Amino acid sequence: MAPRTLYDKIWDDHVVHQAEDGTCLLYIDRHLVHEVTSPQAFEGLRMTGRKVRAPEKTIAVPDHNVPTTVDRANAATMTEDSRIQVAALDKNAKDFGINYYPVSDVRQGIVHIVGPEQGWTLPGMTVVCGDSHTATHGAFGSLAHGIGTSEVEHVLATQTLIQRKGKNMKVEITGSLRPGVTAKDITLSVIGATGTAGGTGYVIEYCGQAIRELSMEGRMTVCNMAIEGGARAGLIAPDEKTFAYCMGRPHAPKGAKWEAALAYWKTLYTDEGAHFDKVITIKGEDIAPVVTWGTSPEDVLPITGVVPSPSDFTGGKVEAAQRSLDYMGLTPGQKLTDIAIDTVFIGSCTNGRIEDLRAAAAILKGKKIKVKRAMVVPGSGLVRAQAEEEGLAQIFIDAGFEWRLAGCSMCLAMNPDQLAPGERCAATSNRNFEGRQGRGGRTHLVSPGMAAAAAITGHLTDVRDMMGETV
Amino acid sequence: MDKFTTLTGIAAPMPLVNIDTDMIIPKQFLKTIQRSGLGKNLFDEMRYTLDGKEIPDFVLNQPAYRKAEIIVAGDNFGCGSSREHAPWALLDFGIRCVIATSFADIFYNNCFKNGILPVVLPQEAIDHLMDDARKGANARMTVDLESQTVTASDGKSFAFEVDAFKKHCLMNGLDDIGLTLEKAASIDSYEAKAATLRPWA
Ligand code: SF4
Repeated sequence: MAPRTLYDKIWDDHVVHQAEDGTCLLYIDRHLVHEVTSPQAFEGLRMTGRKVRAPEKTIAVPDHNVPTTVDRANAATMTEDSRIQVAALDKNAKDFGINYYPVSDVRQGIVHIVGPEQGWTLPGMTVVCGDSHTATHGAFGSLAHGIGTSEVEHVLATQTLIQRKGKNMKVEITGSLRPGVTAKDITLSVIGATGTAGGTGYVIEYCGQAIRELSMEGRMTVCNMAIEGGARAGLIAPDEKTFAYCMGRPHAPKGAKWEAALAYWKTLYTDEGAHFDKVITIKGEDIAPVVTWGTSPEDVLPITGVVPSPSDFTGGKVEAAQRSLDYMGLTPGQKLTDIAIDTVFIGSCTNGRIEDLRAAAAILKGKKIKVKRAMVVPGSGLVRAQAEEEGLAQIFIDAGFEWRLAGCSMCLAMNPDQLAPGERCAATSNRNFEGRQGRGGRTHLVSPGMAAAAAITGHLTDVRDMMGETV
Repeated sequence: MDKFTTLTGIAAPMPLVNIDTDMIIPKQFLKTIQRSGLGKNLFDEMRYTLDGKEIPDFVLNQPAYRKAEIIVAGDNFGCGSSREHAPWALLDFGIRCVIATSFADIFYNNCFKNGILPVVLPQEAIDHLMDDARKGANARMTVDLESQTVTASDGKSFAFEVDAFKKHCLMNGLDDIGLTLEKAASIDSYEAKAATLRPWA
């Protein structure tokens, strides 16, 4: 057999049927569901009298709409339509017999954090969810991507998806990262280099020493934002770290099944000589802590830089840059570290895991915030519990952060956590689009350490300055 | 999904280009839990004032067109966001066919997934049909998918093109799910094989 990429291997193992025109029916191992994109799909099943084909492979959790304040058990904290959407998921989960983590369950959290945490996401699987950041699960060497509502219904009813195969792209990060540089800086730097459409039509495999050196949390951060680069999915080949993370998780295999799984997982790598349609190589040493200055995730610069001028760009990007600067209220030539911050948000499926909270707490320890508002929203109830056990919660609280319950929170303006018009936020989330965090809100995407540093100084700050590192 | 074979009904004239999905169904209605029920908010911002009163001039508020089942429109119908709420809203209002010179890609495909026939015709045909639609409730238009024709109330007929496979699905009310379920045996055997090869999955 010709050498194959990791993507080729997972794809081949999931083809149920291939039509003459190349369209495939792909088997889906795990279907994750949340409250916003699923109600119509379940309604469709009811209208046609269909069932969920594999309820044991379907996992639902409410996250987008749920308030994250500690008083959220009080229904008054939710708007009527949000409450209805969550109630619909409660009912659908029950009626169709799927796995469910309701708001009251300590395991509830952001769907992309809960899946891996509970051992639902495993190497070599196909994973889908009606949410574009499903790419996160690629960190395990599983083929994971977002789908629309009709497709959610299609997967519920048939456990398959109609797909055409994408192209292979390799993104290699060589060498090691410098101190203060994180997975978030890798993924933002890749998007900065390729642009938001650079990955369109591709499945990206991230590889290289710097990727191997990342923890599973860091790998999830990298894959999470593959979609911001336009890619269909991001993948990282599983290794000992992956296996160690999966072992003992509630839904991971045990005993003989574990051994069989492990033997299979060890075949999941790109063969020597396999073909990639596009290759990008970045030196790990060259990556600095970065920040976004504009309203597209590709508007990335090292924190040591200055706000660009529209004349630095060409083509259609000139106008877009001007529009971004106007929206963001920034002046060309202004030092990025001079940009004052009102609010700091640490959380989301990009950076709401325990390691992210540890990184932020390490910077915050014994310090006080200067920004008007700062919040930490753990990605799941279990992350929250662990952070409390490790004493991280107290560090955040002592510094002046709000210590929240799990959910998507201020990553998107669909729940009560929103920016006011003109309010400027350093956020560890993934989208800096106009209005994403609230109408007129201004978002700078950063790593957790950088967010913590900005919280302390009140302006965008090079986290290395807070670590005693020289640039 | 309902079959689409022939339809004889009232056509509403909307001589606008770039009717986008935000116009068809604004984002504040995406928090719904249903596919149905969006019809009352179809074209919401064109149809109602800020305090919720009907704007009498808007075509679908006019008595002649309240029961329209066809829309005749200008270029690039359905552009913008990919929200499937747009075809849902049209269908819920009762629109089963949109006739325009061109459509945005995703919207065009979403229509077929929801039992709506999008018909592409050249500008001269649209001009004729637009005039016909302006005659109001007495001027019924007939859309025949089998013969691939649209016939105006004056009997003038226009032929249109449609992908053979999409036509087949729409005429038989087959949605993607229905088609995939025809391959249930393949899915069964895949699952049986996977259960031995990857029993943990
Ligand atoms: S945290 Fe943000 S990006 Fe992640 S699933 Fe929630 S809304 Fe989407």
